[in-house]
Parts: sequence; C-alpha cells; structure tokens
Amino acid sequence: MTGASKPVPASLAGIASRPGQSAGALDKPVKIAVEHLNFYYGPKRALDGINIEIRANLVTAFIGPSGCGKSTFLRTLNRMNDIIPATRVEGTVQIDGQSIYDAKVDVVQLRRKVGMVFQKSNPFPKSIFENVAYGLRINGLAKSKAEMSERVEESLRQAAIWDEVKDRLQESALALSGGQQQRLCIARALAIKPEILLMDEPASALDPIATQRIEELIYDLKKTYTIVIVTHNMQQAARVSDFTAFFWLGKLIEFDRTDRMFTAPAEKLTEDYVTGRCG
Amino acid sequence: MERAFRHFQEELDQLKDRLLAMGGLAEERVREAVRGLMDRDHAALDAVLRGDEPINDLHMEVDDRCFKLLALHQPMAADLRVIVAAVKINTDLERVGDLAVNIGEAGKRYLQHPPVKPLIDIPRMGELAQKMLRDALDAFVRRDMALAEAVLAADDTLDGLKTQIFRELLTYMLQAPDTIEPSLDLILISRHLERIGDHATNVAEDVIFILSAKDVRHHQADSGRDDR
Repeated sequence: MTGASKPVPASLAGIASRPGQSAGALDKPVKIAVEHLNFYYGPKRALDGINIEIRANLVTAFIGPSGCGKSTFLRTLNRMNDIIPATRVEGTVQIDGQSIYDAKVDVVQLRRKVGMVFQKSNPFPKSIFENVAYGLRINGLAKSKAEMSERVEESLRQAAIWDEVKDRLQESALALSGGQQQRLCIARALAIKPEILLMDEPASALDPIATQRIEELIYDLKKTYTIVIVTHNMQQAARVSDFTAFFWLGKLIEFDRTDRMFTAPAEKLTEDYVTGRCG
Repeated sequence: MERAFRHFQEELDQLKDRLLAMGGLAEERVREAVRGLMDRDHAALDAVLRGDEPINDLHMEVDDRCFKLLALHQPMAADLRVIVAAVKINTDLERVGDLAVNIGEAGKRYLQHPPVKPLIDIPRMGELAQKMLRDALDAFVRRDMALAEAVLAADDTLDGLKTQIFRELLTYMLQAPDTIEPSLDLILISRHLERIGDHATNVAEDVIFILSAKDVRHHQADSGRDDR
C-alpha cells in the first residue's frame, strides 16, 4: 500500500499535453467534479475520500480488483446507489457545476442526463423498436409517430446496430444475440439523449468480436457523450479510454492519462496492478 | 479477427506515415551531403550539419508511438511484427541521419584541400544508397517482398564500390603523400555511404520479417523464428 497513502491530484492541471492518444484532452471542460467523496454500505466505508475531475467528450475508465469500489463509485454518479437501503454519501458530486446530491435535485431528470448501461444486457421483453421507443414514450420526448420512428432509427444508428435490425424492428429483442442486445441497450440509453453514459462492464459477457464492436462504438460515441466505463479488463481500459482511474480498497490510487497509466504510472501500486503483480 | 480495431488501425497508419516522413528526411539529407561535396557547396554542407533535429524529433516520436501502441493495444501476429519492426526501422533511419552529418563533416574537411581526383564512384554510391533506402521504405509501405529482396541484393554492389574507391585512393596516396588527408576523408565518406546501405538492408530485412515472419538476418534465409 505504498502508493495509497499519497495524495491523488483532484485536478489534472499539472499534466502537460504530449502528442499521441489524448492530445488536447485537457482542453475539454470538466463535466463531473467529485470532491472528498465517502460512501458507506451501513457501517462499512466502501469509498474513501475520492477526488476526481472527469472531462467532457472523453472516455474515462475505472480499473481495479473486485471490491475496490469502482462500480460503487460509478453508481454514485447518477445516484443509482440511492435504491440500496442503509447507504450513505458524504462529499460532493457536481455535474456541470450542479451538485447532484442536493435535496432539490430531481433524480429522474438526473438519470435522464446520466444514462447507464449494465454488465448484463437487459432488454425489455418487447420488440426491438419498443425497447428504444419506451424511454421516449414515458418521457414524452416524441411528439408524433414519425418523430418517434426517427429518434428510434437515430439511436439504433448511433449504437451501430441499425443495419442488423432495420428489417426486423417488430421482432422480440430477446431473439438478438448477446452483443446485439447490449448494443440495443446502448441505443435505448442514447434515445433520451443523455450527456453522460455510465457503462458498468458493458462487454464482460460478450465474445471477442462483439466486444470489439462495443469498443469501437465507445470510441465513436465519445464525440457526442462523456463516457465513464468500469472494466475488469485492463486491456480494454487501455484500448478505449483517454483517462484511467485505478481504485484499490475504496481509494483512488492514481488518475492520469491512459497512455501514462499503462506505460509509466506514478504509483508503485498502480504499476504492480497493471503488471499483474497484485490484485 | 477479420478487421482490426479501427482506432488501432488508424494509429498504425499514422505510425507508418511518420516513419515514411523520417525516411524522406534522411534520404534528402544524404542527397544534400553528397551534392554539397560534389558542388563544393559549403553552405549546403553547413545546412546538413545543422539540420539533424527534425529527424531526432521524429526518432523520439516514433519510439513513443510504438511504445504506446504496444502498451495500449497488445498487438498480435502481423500487427506485433509491424510495431517491433518499426522500432528497429526507426533506429536505422535515425542512424542514416547521423551518417549524413558525418558525410557533411568529412566533406567540409575534404573541401579545404584541392580535389584529389574527379569524383565518380562517390556520387554513384550516394545515389545507390538513397535508392536502397527509398526502395526499402516503399517495400515497407507497399508490402512488397520482391522489392525488399532487391534491396538486399543491391548491398553487394554498394560494398563493391566502396572497395573500389579504397583501392583507387590507395594508389593516389602512395604516389603523393599530400593527398593522404583528403583521400582519407573520401574513404570515410564511402564508408558512411556503405553504412547507409547497411541500414537500408536492415530495413529491408525487417520488411521481410513483417511479411513472412522469416528472419533473414545473418543469412538465415531458410529459418523461421518459430523453428517450423
């Protein structure tokens, strides 16, 4: 735990830009700012003093061993932990400068802005079309049938699944393959036009080809969305993300540009983790 | 997998572009060094001596790109061979840049003396070395095995020219001791040009390794790395 005791920079202001993968990344505005965040499941502290700034239109990956708090932290970003009894949050999470844990925050609105995709694809037992249209319908986001069709197609295209399903929109979503179901769930999340997309192990149940499609999709989607992805798969984090945060026992050990995290991390603990010597 | 991760492919293409840019610079500097010598153009040789920085910058950049591609994408098979070869080609091209500087330095010393003889084989060597370098890089870009093999064959011609220059200058030096100093610089220049050919040969060998996974260095043409 040599690295864990050192302070982690909340801001990336000290990181100079170099040519390569994330050049210009620091020009992007801060989308999510987290300060002194602690999170408790009952008496157990699961997150300990997290400070981090997540920038817009980039992919930020959270890595770390099981139980390190990365998924818990992801779920604090759209208050998905609220639904778990006896949990408690301390500190602040701001999105676009607004604290999301303020009493006056409408959680439904928040989750519309901060969409989520889960490890296991979870399409509704309805048609492909209805899966995407559902969120639009309950939120009253499409004024006519034509607009509904348009938004569904746009979302399916963005999720890179349109060509595979355009001729079978009325078929059950459950007939799709695992990888297609996951992209459908991404389309469903995109339909209501979120600004941030949280992805919790989005490809861990998929084969290599389907995984690659999801990774390419993530790479394309960052033009429009701010993406935060939790992954067990370090190589996936290396491939798709611009910034990587390494969590260990509820602490954020290191947060830096992905190329640096995987070539010359500052912390010994990060080095040990990415080289497979611990965790 | 039928297609590489698109982003990785883009990065790989950029890497190749940067190597080509570096090869173009190295070739240009060899050309300028030899031209400066032939035209007795001091300013051109000074420019060669001063102008190594862009190649050195590219040398660092290409290494950095390879390093990141290996770390972030864990390439396999043909992709892995391309990146490992790119690291080596990068070093070869940087050395060619250094050798151009060496030619410039020897050329400047040579120009302080009256000409020993009309220069015929040195420009031939210069042209051949540049062509070998250009062909090796073309073979890299076009994945052209035959062209890479042609570069290996051309190296013997270049070595022959160097030997010929040495023998010829030896007779001048034996006859007139005051030609020893400028003759030694010409011998050095021919040696530098021959070394440039060796680097082009290394690049061609790397291209063959990329394309066939066969290691043809040190005349091991029949052995694959995998001992199959």
